[in-house]
Amino acid sequence: MATTEPQKYTKADFESPNDVRWCPGCGDYAILSAVQSVMPTLGIPKEKFVFISGIGCSSRFPYYMNCYGFHTIHGRALTVATGVKSINPDLSVWVITGDGDGLSIGGNHFMHAIRRNQDFKILLFNNKIYGLTKGQYSPTSELGKKTKSTPYGSIDNPVNPVSLAIASGATFVARTVDNNVKHMMEILKRAAAHKGTAFVEIYQNCLVFNDNAFDDFTKKDVKDDHSVYVEHGKPLIFGKNHDKAIKLNGFHSEVINAANGSMKEALVHNENVDDRGLSYVIGQMGVENEGLPVAFGVLRDIRQPTYQERLFEQENLAKEKGSKASLESILNAGDTWVVK
Amino acid sequence: MTLTEEKKEKKIETLEEATIRFAGDSGDGMQLTGGQFTNATAIVGNDLSTLPDFPAEIRAPAGSLAGVSAFQIHFSSKEIHTPGDILDVLVAMNPAALKTNLKDLKPGGMLIVNINAFNETNLKKAGYDKNPLEDGLTQKYKVFSIEISRLTQLALEEMKLPAKVVDRSKNLFALGLMYWLYTRPMEKTIEWLKKKFAKDPVTLEANLKVLKAGYHFGETTEAFISNYEIKHAKILPGKYRNITGNEATVLGLIAAHQLTGLTIFLGSYPITPASDILHELSKYKNFGIRTFQAEDEIAAIGSAIGASFAGGLGVTTTSGPGVCLKSEFINLAVKTELPIIICDIQRGGPSTGLPTKTEQADLLQAVFGRNSESPVPIIAAATPGDCFETMIEAVRIAIKYMTPVFFMSDGYLANGSEPWRIPEISNFSKIEVTFRKEINGFSPFLRDEKTLARPWALPGTPGLEHVIGGLESEQTTGKVSYDPQNHDAMVKIRAKRIAQIENDIPDIKVVFGEPKGDLLILGWGSTLGAINAATEKLLEKGYKVANAHLRHLNPFPKNLGEFLKNYKKVLIPEVNLGQLKLLIRAKYLVDAQGFNVVSGQPLKVNGIVETAEKMIRG
Repeated sequence: MATTEPQKYTKADFESPNDVRWCPGCGDYAILSAVQSVMPTLGIPKEKFVFISGIGCSSRFPYYMNCYGFHTIHGRALTVATGVKSINPDLSVWVITGDGDGLSIGGNHFMHAIRRNQDFKILLFNNKIYGLTKGQYSPTSELGKKTKSTPYGSIDNPVNPVSLAIASGATFVARTVDNNVKHMMEILKRAAAHKGTAFVEIYQNCLVFNDNAFDDFTKKDVKDDHSVYVEHGKPLIFGKNHDKAIKLNGFHSEVINAANGSMKEALVHNENVDDRGLSYVIGQMGVENEGLPVAFGVLRDIRQPTYQERLFEQENLAKEKGSKASLESILNAGDTWVVK
Repeated sequence: MTLTEEKKEKKIETLEEATIRFAGDSGDGMQLTGGQFTNATAIVGNDLSTLPDFPAEIRAPAGSLAGVSAFQIHFSSKEIHTPGDILDVLVAMNPAALKTNLKDLKPGGMLIVNINAFNETNLKKAGYDKNPLEDGLTQKYKVFSIEISRLTQLALEEMKLPAKVVDRSKNLFALGLMYWLYTRPMEKTIEWLKKKFAKDPVTLEANLKVLKAGYHFGETTEAFISNYEIKHAKILPGKYRNITGNEATVLGLIAAHQLTGLTIFLGSYPITPASDILHELSKYKNFGIRTFQAEDEIAAIGSAIGASFAGGLGVTTTSGPGVCLKSEFINLAVKTELPIIICDIQRGGPSTGLPTKTEQADLLQAVFGRNSESPVPIIAAATPGDCFETMIEAVRIAIKYMTPVFFMSDGYLANGSEPWRIPEISNFSKIEVTFRKEINGFSPFLRDEKTLARPWALPGTPGLEHVIGGLESEQTTGKVSYDPQNHDAMVKIRAKRIAQIENDIPDIKVVFGEPKGDLLILGWGSTLGAINAATEKLLEKGYKVANAHLRHLNPFPKNLGEFLKNYKKVLIPEVNLGQLKLLIRAKYLVDAQGFNVVSGQPLKVNGIVETAEKMIRG
């Protein structure tokens, strides 16, 4: 018998004997390792984890976990997860997707799973490129991006995944990056603890088709000045010398420092406000608004009834009301007559 | 007012059968009128068959040809099979209804028109240059020009209701009149109105007045010399109700829950003519039924597959355009060997086609409409009530053999109704469900020797952790494999495991006619009624014919090849261009011929008879 004592698990329990076939040096390895490290800490029996993915490099993930898994079809993992969770709400369901799988072919399901507050996690590996099909631009590729399918540069405006998630009504939205494993693990734990859809965007480097895509805010020499790690209740202060802050100016955010303002004006992060405005502004920084640092951390974490809570509340109510109904009574409903 | 008041003595003529059609504007309540007439007819004990025919637009412009909605009912004192080829009575509430429906009225048939609607505007909308009622119609038909609108107004004069409300109840005048004409009891309709308007006594009173006014008009007017009765039919003893195909499909799913113990999960996206299954099933949340209106057709089947992976029974309901969208996911269920039911309620196509009309042209889509070698069992219902048993059979095969199954119905079955002998659920065998628990010897694709089904191991079961997916996988272990020999073997295993289901389904047998003969009429799906009626006619004429009907279309019954050899010729009538014919010719090398009319309507009996006679004569 496999053990069902959660505290006894180690990372090794979640490692699959299958060979991992991502390119050497792929950011996916760091994410896999972080997930495998976090799982034993969650107090959930191993057999209750289900990893569901679509198609793409990231979607090979379930094969590399020693858990229940379903490698489904392109863009549709969220729909399968919806069915799984609606039959067995006790399972801890993790959807693994990418920027192409989750936002291009699966864009429709992304919005609807999130607005329903389906009780599962969505880890979106964003490498801003199609890797498995060998290097076409993706919905998150920047304007002007030259790829195999855009030799003259992309003319598409990119989408910011966290903006889309917040606009869809996500109750938990976070962003992290593959080269900061410690932060990623914290975020994964937070996502695991959330009831409802937990959306995590993970910037992930594809060293074959889109290497150094995140250098602007992840490289050692620039990261402190070009990124800000947000925490609930704390001001948005960043910079090598902690000398810069984000200030809210109307609907906009701007950078202030001792020279042009007071640090007391710094925006204080609040994950728990129902209004989506604050998380939306922070999520846009550095991605949709140039000149601002890119925010990492939990942008939003609010509690709302999950789809499953509503589903079973309704079902239980119907059962209480209709407990005396039998199949016979349904078959015999309406006008009937007897032929002798 | 009572029904016997002022009763004049009129002769009641006994008929064997009648086919009548109510036709009017979409807003005239023709479907409701037809439905009520059907219930009253069922109570009398006639055998009956109905054909609702309505436009795809919710409210096409009033008075237009496109906006005509009709309801046909064929009822009889003997067993009948179809809603009837030609009409004995046509009730036309406006010129457009007359124009679109008159062609189906038999010469000398009874034409009842609402003369008040035959004004210049309406005639123009219907494309009449002059009033057809003044243009020779009376020589061809028994025309009854009745002031239905005005008589309705008169009946309600004292109530001082808005003109719109008055106009809206004129269908009940027509209904009352037809109740009188065919000596049907009004009680069920009165009960129904009382229930429907329990909170609106004014409307209730108005509706009852108009209904009765129509009935009394029939009694008192000089126009009708006699009315008719049709004695109850000799049908199998038992308790009956009226049922549409979609209702029977729903009951089949609820029964399947009872027989399997599984939670039924319906993932569905609204589409005509399948939506009623979603509506109806979503009422039974107290019954182990979960319904999910998904964001699209793809999400609908995806959620159903997820439900089956987690240990429910996933079902998705749709029509042809939805099947197109679901095909990639159907293949995932084929590859991962998960049981789901795909209900295709066929409609006219291609593309959006004729959403509210019937067709049988998705058969080849169900058989072949996916990439690569992708075998899926296919089962088709033959009558509205048959949807119940057919659904249970679909569920049995899906679970026993761990496979997606196509359940085929169509617009005609979905909305058409028939008297249905209510089954005893205890007569159905339980459908055994086994979830794998044992760790020792587990492998996700280790097959049962007899059924070749893989084990159903649910997430949440300790020690059976495994991954399934769309990539080709190794036999037994289920691990991803790109090995050429393995793929060849897997393709053949998938084909074999579906083909061998032929050992577990009933043989095909004769419905009507001789075990050997000159001609076999072979059908599938909703053509059963027309084919039965045609076969009976041919037998009466002394031909050596028989008919047989396929419920299982993949695989076919094991004896089908031998069975076909008992007849010199094979005729396959279908509401498509010969899809079953293609399969039969390919598999059995039989020179089968087709009778194919793809008009959005059920096949006509006479067309089948004529084709059969031509074939026999050679």
